[in-house]
Amino acid sequence: MSIAVRDIHKQFGDFVALDNVSLDFSSGELTALLGPSGCGKTTLLRIIAGLEVADSGSVVLDGSDASRRSVRERNVGFVFQHYALFRHMTVFENVAFGLTVKPRAERPSKAQIHRKVHDLLKLVQLDWLADRYPSQLSGGQRQRIALARALAVEPKVLLLDEPFGALDAKVRKELRRWLRRLHDELHVTSIFVTHDQEEALEVADRIVVMNHGRVEQQGSPQEVYDSPASPFVYGFLGAVNLFHGRVHGDVLQVGGHALELDTHTLGSGDPAVGFARPHELDVTRPGSDRRGGLPARVLRVLPLGASVRLELALDDDGQIIEAEIGRGRLRELDLREGESVVVRPATVRVFAAVTTPQRADAR
Amino acid sequence: MISTLRRHSVLPGFNLALGYTLLYLSLVVLIPLSAAFIKTASLSWPAFWETVTAPRVVASYKLTFGASLIAATINAVFGLIIAWVLVRYTLPGKKVIDALVDLPFALPTAVAGVALTAIYAGNGWIGQFLEPLGIKVAFTPLGVLVALTFIGLPFVVRTVQPVLEDLERETEEAAACLGANRVQTFLRVILPAILPALLTGFALAFARALGEYGSVIFIAGNVPMVSEITPLLIITKLEQYDYVGATAIAVVMLVTSFTLLLAINLLQRWTQKRGAREH
Repeated sequence: MSIAVRDIHKQFGDFVALDNVSLDFSSGELTALLGPSGCGKTTLLRIIAGLEVADSGSVVLDGSDASRRSVRERNVGFVFQHYALFRHMTVFENVAFGLTVKPRAERPSKAQIHRKVHDLLKLVQLDWLADRYPSQLSGGQRQRIALARALAVEPKVLLLDEPFGALDAKVRKELRRWLRRLHDELHVTSIFVTHDQEEALEVADRIVVMNHGRVEQQGSPQEVYDSPASPFVYGFLGAVNLFHGRVHGDVLQVGGHALELDTHTLGSGDPAVGFARPHELDVTRPGSDRRGGLPARVLRVLPLGASVRLELALDDDGQIIEAEIGRGRLRELDLREGESVVVRPATVRVFAAVTTPQRADAR
Repeated sequence: MISTLRRHSVLPGFNLALGYTLLYLSLVVLIPLSAAFIKTASLSWPAFWETVTAPRVVASYKLTFGASLIAATINAVFGLIIAWVLVRYTLPGKKVIDALVDLPFALPTAVAGVALTAIYAGNGWIGQFLEPLGIKVAFTPLGVLVALTFIGLPFVVRTVQPVLEDLERETEEAAACLGANRVQTFLRVILPAILPALLTGFALAFARALGEYGSVIFIAGNVPMVSEITPLLIITKLEQYDYVGATAIAVVMLVTSFTLLLAINLLQRWTQKRGAREH
């Protein structure tokens, strides 16, 4: 089932949670709503589910306006960050709940419910926990049970609100992969809310980046990562280095040094900010390259698995930037802490320096 | 045996705590109460039986236990509603309502009795409207019920309120998403979660009503066989210097109350276990 939201506006007092948001979610797609906390992503999800009512705008489910329909009539599966399992019911009873509350005429027989619940428990690989109570399960298990419970009523849409937010890193990683596999099996139109860019990039077919109640960018994970549409998206998806300067023709003048630019639309002399990810930075010894670059000093060399992270301080203003280079390259350069280098970004994208975007820390 | 009960804990003091508990309970509860039993023991069995099964006494048991049970039930229902309103809604003057709930705790019971009587008497504010309808409240068993309901109200509200505050709103939303209607959500999701607290509140209100004296005697009219409660009967016997008779009735009340409260507590324990079975 396809989902569309049209001009959704929602305000809590003076706080604008959603500012005329319009989005389309096509059938069978797994979409991530990504953004920092307070950006309105959860509110949007709750409005789609019918748990919250928009001040204006409409929710269209499968082509028909569902704005006036109640939660019960929308047939959406909702998975909560904190599981929201019924504590006094066993795992079996939790999963069976949606079936047992159906009107008598539609309710499956006891045997059918039994079979269905066990099928679902097998699907989430927790068949052996049927008689346990939620308090006896781990966080990851609880969330899988919550998912099985949501799937029991065969929802046309699956909405997940930070489903892995309360879990530790290792379990989160496992569940991500598992959710992706499950979605490939079931092909239910799914939207999940997350503030974890890695999670969104790994799981989703499509990413909608939100900020301050507005959609900043939407597209495939590769699109939003490789060509961020705004400084905010740049900063939010992955680590990034900022270079403040002025545009002159096709170079960005940073202090007394020039950085080559790709195509851009800024006028000459405009103040601008250049963005480059750590792995896009090329580090060389001074004098070995004539194409310009910024002189810097090596503060720390941090080996991280296959690559090495260098913490560098620019000579001009002492600004700290990060570069990521291969281990082989490090051996070639034979860098020590305290030595001087020249940093040259392979690509720099510039945006006019109107807003100073927050810098997302490297994860 | 004590060593098997003792468990390692970061807060030591098992012996001290147990010792204090036993001493305190003995001084405050057990010794005074056992005096009642000892006093009663001076009565022969047939004499005891005759005292505690006299028609007037039996009628008072029925009224006391019956009215207390009904009052506690009414309080369970309306106390739950009040607690719900106080927890879930923001209304102007909510703090005032919240404070009003505790008033029956603080008010001297005699004041409550006089006030209720004044209002429900045939010429009182409310009584004048009820009388033409054939409903007499003051000086009837109904009056007893009103008084017992009044004094028991805070118990249910105050026990249920914190549990309702703790209740995850999300479980209700989850139930609605799964297609449950409001009644199903209440009966199958909310009620099981608050039932232990509700039963505790019920038991407290019930116990309070059983022992209530001050507010009831004003409004009840104290007609023998009709609106006379057991505590009053005990006082009457005391005033007639029939100490043994008074303690005999007291013992019956004590045993019955204890049995009923124990039963409610066990029921409460059971629902709680079902609710949150831990490991």
